[in-house]
Amino acid sequence: MSTATLDVHEVPTGSRVNYLNAQYGVKSWLLTTDHKRIALLYLASITLMFFVGGFFAVLMRLHLIEPQGALVQPETYNKLFTMHGVIMVFFFLVPSIPATLGNFLVPMMIGARDLAFPRLNLLSWYIYIIGAIFTLYAVISGGVDTGWTFYTPYSSSFSHTSVIPTALGVFITGFSSILTGLNFVVTIHKMRAPGLTWFRLPLFIWAIYATSIIFILGTPVIAITLFLLGLERLLHIGIFDPAIGGDPILFQHLFWFYSHPAVYIMILPGMGVMSELITCFSRKRIFGYGFVAFSSLAIAFISFLVWGHHMFVTGQSIYAGLIFSVLSFMVAIPSAVKVFNWTATLYKGSISYDAPMLYALGFIGLFTMGGLTGLFLASLATDVHLNGTYFIVAHFHYIMVGGAVMAYLGGIHFWWPKITGRLYPDGWARFAALVIFVGFNLTFFPQFMLGYLGMPRRYAVYPAEFQVLNVMSSAGASILGIGYLIPLLYLTWSMRYGPTAGPNPWGAKGLEWQTPSPPPTENFEEIPVVTEEAYDYAHTTVTRG
Amino acid sequence: MEQQREAGSLGMWVFLLTELMFFGGLFASYIIYRALYLPSFEIGSHLLEVKFGALNTAVLIGSSLTMALAIRSAQVGRRGAQVGFLIATMILGAAFLFFKFTFEWHHDYIEHLVPGFGFVIRPEWGAAGAHVPMFFCFYFFMTGLHALHMIIGLGILTVLTVMAHRGRFNPPYYSPLEVSGLYWHFVDIVWIFLFPLLYLIGGRYIGGGH
Repeated sequence: MSTATLDVHEVPTGSRVNYLNAQYGVKSWLLTTDHKRIALLYLASITLMFFVGGFFAVLMRLHLIEPQGALVQPETYNKLFTMHGVIMVFFFLVPSIPATLGNFLVPMMIGARDLAFPRLNLLSWYIYIIGAIFTLYAVISGGVDTGWTFYTPYSSSFSHTSVIPTALGVFITGFSSILTGLNFVVTIHKMRAPGLTWFRLPLFIWAIYATSIIFILGTPVIAITLFLLGLERLLHIGIFDPAIGGDPILFQHLFWFYSHPAVYIMILPGMGVMSELITCFSRKRIFGYGFVAFSSLAIAFISFLVWGHHMFVTGQSIYAGLIFSVLSFMVAIPSAVKVFNWTATLYKGSISYDAPMLYALGFIGLFTMGGLTGLFLASLATDVHLNGTYFIVAHFHYIMVGGAVMAYLGGIHFWWPKITGRLYPDGWARFAALVIFVGFNLTFFPQFMLGYLGMPRRYAVYPAEFQVLNVMSSAGASILGIGYLIPLLYLTWSMRYGPTAGPNPWGAKGLEWQTPSPPPTENFEEIPVVTEEAYDYAHTTVTRG
Repeated sequence: MEQQREAGSLGMWVFLLTELMFFGGLFASYIIYRALYLPSFEIGSHLLEVKFGALNTAVLIGSSLTMALAIRSAQVGRRGAQVGFLIATMILGAAFLFFKFTFEWHHDYIEHLVPGFGFVIRPEWGAAGAHVPMFFCFYFFMTGLHALHMIIGLGILTVLTVMAHRGRFNPPYYSPLEVSGLYWHFVDIVWIFLFPLLYLIGGRYIGGGH
């Protein structure tokens, strides 16, 4: 491919001062206030958490090869799915794109030298680490078996596992999200380069902005909810346990008031990445910029009004259920606007199938399937049949893994040359993208069928007639696991041995590509002045490499 | 410099939005349970001393005034007045906490009204007694969280007083004072909502007593 041709004018990475070689030593990393270095600190920590959470998933799928369970005791199985959920949701998916790519790219995309509050940014990472330590301590001290939803009264009065350390870990990590969101909002408002008006911003920034609003408004509510849960567990005062005068439904309301918007925390940044990838690799301006931008804000807004669709069968009033059902259908509209606009962007584009684009195209298909099956669940009557089955598990994994993780990996591949200054082996990258796509579908599509046939989620055993589909799912999970290990290997390899990337290997638009790779500590030698719209691929003939 | 000032101010407003949701979840839970268990919450509310709550409300509003005056002094460049008003704010804030802990919480502890620490359900409360601990749980949690914010505020004020004493603030640059003022006023406003919610509503009037 053309990117392999080195730009002869590019000075070799080693001889130019950049953010990676400006300072050396552990201290220069642990005390850094450079948003790019903090992004890498996050990248390392969430990658670790991803593989810890993934390890639990592998054990679960191995266990489910046999109808009676092949590997662990039922109690251990409960802990496996709980720790998988807690770690993947709170310690991987929520911080994934915002804390790594967002941290790296927000200042670069808006032409700033750093975030508005660099020291606060470092503090966010430390808070994340402290939260992660508490949760990992809970894993080591015997695990927790409540499910990632911590439903009361089981979690507050009955479970004999490490509920408090886990909840404390999630509580603490929440503040890291809040501070990151605050930092992004202020930065995007106040630090845009001259000429960079709101409607010239890359759509990634709009998506991160919408995400930050959910961070700021949603996260404090889960914090207070988990605190009340902890109080009930420690002091035995009835808040959520009906036996001592509490109300378990209130816990669910408060929990989902955050945790449903949190779904959009996970997917919105992915949608932002998508807009960057689709435009770059089809060489076109995005179709309907305004619609895509405002659909992010619309999703953030509506996301706060749909939490009751998690509670159709918990005994809330049927009228509340009706309204939550209608509102849940409404959130499909801005989501579909995005999918249609990406697809329309491809129309008559000059499409190239580099690895990031493969992830992006995978996202469109998988996210659409995840979204459409969400509508099954948003319908009151079908939800009664599907609630609590593998159909739900498959649905949200299509959104979270098929959507968010695909976009995350696509984004990592797209900006890897910018972050490290090196190119990864493209053939391996395309191969890994295909392995992940195949492995993912083989893992989760059978789960739709299992759920529809009535197999409940969270059970360590199942009737023998479900074995074929379960074995298919487990086989897919093995392929998926290998698919995730391949990028870990070649990306690590490329940091040292990859060919030099040059400032703009994809011929992409956007301010982050107008500075050397890796960027200097201050990002830009001179603050750029923006004179054109975002994704203005039409008016310049871009030559790659 | 202008950009820095604006960023600090916007950052604090966004942070206060987070705080609003933080307290909001708690307030919502309190209001829902109050509606569900009204007799129990009325019994609980009657056990609080309105006079201390009222005194503390006055103290806190006074501290907001001195905080605003400290910012005003910085705007017109009077260093001595700045330091004086900041110290006055700290004294009033500390007085609030002193009244809260010694006259109210300590008293509640002696009366066995602290859930988890020897709470005694009294027979005269009848059937409603079962949920009185829940009222006190919310009371201690809400006022405790508020007190924690006050203590953090006192820490910030200490730093500001030292900075003001060293002449760091002048008419063009006083944004740390202004931003911290926003925080202090917010904590004040939380109390303005806590006081009626916990002490006043529920069929009791000032002076009506027990």
